[in-house]
Amino acid sequence: MTTPGSTTTAKVRKDLAAGFDVAKARQDFPILREKVQGKPLVYFDNAATSQKPQVVIDTVHEFLATYNSNIHRGVHQLSERGTEAYEQSRKKVQRFINAAESREVIFVRGTTEAINLVANSYGRQHIRAGDEIVISAMEHHSNIVPWQILCEQTGAVLRVMPISDAGEMLIDKYEKLLTSRTRLVAVVHVSNALGTINPVHEIIRLARRQGVPVLVDGAQAVPHLKVDVHELDCDFYAFSGHKVFGPTGIGVLYGKAELLEAMPPYQGGGDMIKSVSFEKTVYNDLPYKFEAGTPHIAGVIGLGAAIDYVNGVGLDRIATYEHGLLEYATEALSAIPSIRIIGTAEEKVSLISFVLDGVHAHDVGTILDHDGVAIRAGHHCTMPLMQRFGVPATARASLAFYNTKEEIDVLVRAIHKAIEMFG
Amino acid sequence: MDDFYREFILDHYKRPRNFGTLENPDVTHEEDNPLCGDRIRIDLCLNEDRVADVRFTGEGCAISTAAASILTEKIKGAPLERVKAFSMEEMLEALGVPLSPIRLKCGLLALKVLKTGLYGLKHWPGEEE
Repeated sequence: MTTPGSTTTAKVRKDLAAGFDVAKARQDFPILREKVQGKPLVYFDNAATSQKPQVVIDTVHEFLATYNSNIHRGVHQLSERGTEAYEQSRKKVQRFINAAESREVIFVRGTTEAINLVANSYGRQHIRAGDEIVISAMEHHSNIVPWQILCEQTGAVLRVMPISDAGEMLIDKYEKLLTSRTRLVAVVHVSNALGTINPVHEIIRLARRQGVPVLVDGAQAVPHLKVDVHELDCDFYAFSGHKVFGPTGIGVLYGKAELLEAMPPYQGGGDMIKSVSFEKTVYNDLPYKFEAGTPHIAGVIGLGAAIDYVNGVGLDRIATYEHGLLEYATEALSAIPSIRIIGTAEEKVSLISFVLDGVHAHDVGTILDHDGVAIRAGHHCTMPLMQRFGVPATARASLAFYNTKEEIDVLVRAIHKAIEMFG
Repeated sequence: MDDFYREFILDHYKRPRNFGTLENPDVTHEEDNPLCGDRIRIDLCLNEDRVADVRFTGEGCAISTAAASILTEKIKGAPLERVKAFSMEEMLEALGVPLSPIRLKCGLLALKVLKTGLYGLKHWPGEEE
């Protein structure tokens, strides 16, 4: 397997002062050489899914082409190699998020499945009628609906922390929502629709004071910030591989070992058992208890390569460079009189949601597409949030470290075109 | 691009015909496109198997708004039989712009609202659940 290891990391650190070489980073992503509508692709839909560096494509290809096999049971060499690579990826994830042990890393399909796992397993075990679950007004549907289903099943009640007009969580209001009935807090680390970086540290601290466990939806945080679950002291942390330059169909649920140990399985099947008889089945240890069936082996191995790649670039440098992009884009877009930026928090990742007077987000998206600019237009799976801001939809440009200021200029020119057309 | 947002479409978007609501409609129906949050409501007053009057309201993109505007022009005063026979193909032809599969839903939302309202349909033919 190709691993841009510690030598690359060391070199990268040395280059920090010299600035980030975006041209070099772009060469790692073959899709960035593609043309759309005859124009160079400007990919600003990274919050939907990120692009894949060549090393991830090669790693997945290498597995499928040279040692494809099932894991954890074969005695033959391919299976041993596959198992080794799969479990190595788990260790990479462990170090990436600074989990205490690799058995605290559960591979799932994505953030959505991770949250559903907690709702079904932990939720049904611990949550009763009259109990309360606290979420925020800026949650993705995947951190709303699993809790609503749980509430329907148990008679528990969903409580929603309000947010400010800038798109920031109102912590004083949150504190009042934490009562003796609160059994769980589930909040988003970085908003997919607004870009807000939420003060999860403080949210966890306040919940912890009351003995309430916290789940953090980290889908949009992991590609942009260094996440340290130990320092955060969260109980569960969920993220998706495909948003952090890995394949789709693979994600991670981190959970504290003592919680995961006590939780019942989410799905039954192969690999999650120690022994099965018709009288009694003994469940496997962590993490296998939660990984029933043949997992997405290629995805897990690809995710490991993506993590190596991100470590090689360095999340600190990514954050610094992306902040420059955010400032540049915010200034350029704010200069357009008919634009309203939705989400103006102090702390943001490189993501800008906006509405244009008299031009529907879909039309903005279509016009931009004609200039090769890929953005997202819609409600971003955050319908309650759209309602909070009184808009049916927004246009969203979400940037990654391989994007450039020149690409932002293309975006701005295309927006002017839309204004002219509809003016 | 200029094909897509032709003057014709933009004109219907900026100055939609039959925009508003009716006092005592015989048929009123509203639907949204959950994908993009577009919402269209159509009110109809019927008179002896004819559409005596029609109005629409809602919010949507240029395509869905223009389609609603064009549709109301087509059916105002028309016999119900004609309205019932008005097909998706006719709607797309009246729009006159090529639509991608995703934008097809925008182009057909108004027709869906009209037909669902008229027939009291729960589901739209050919649409997956």
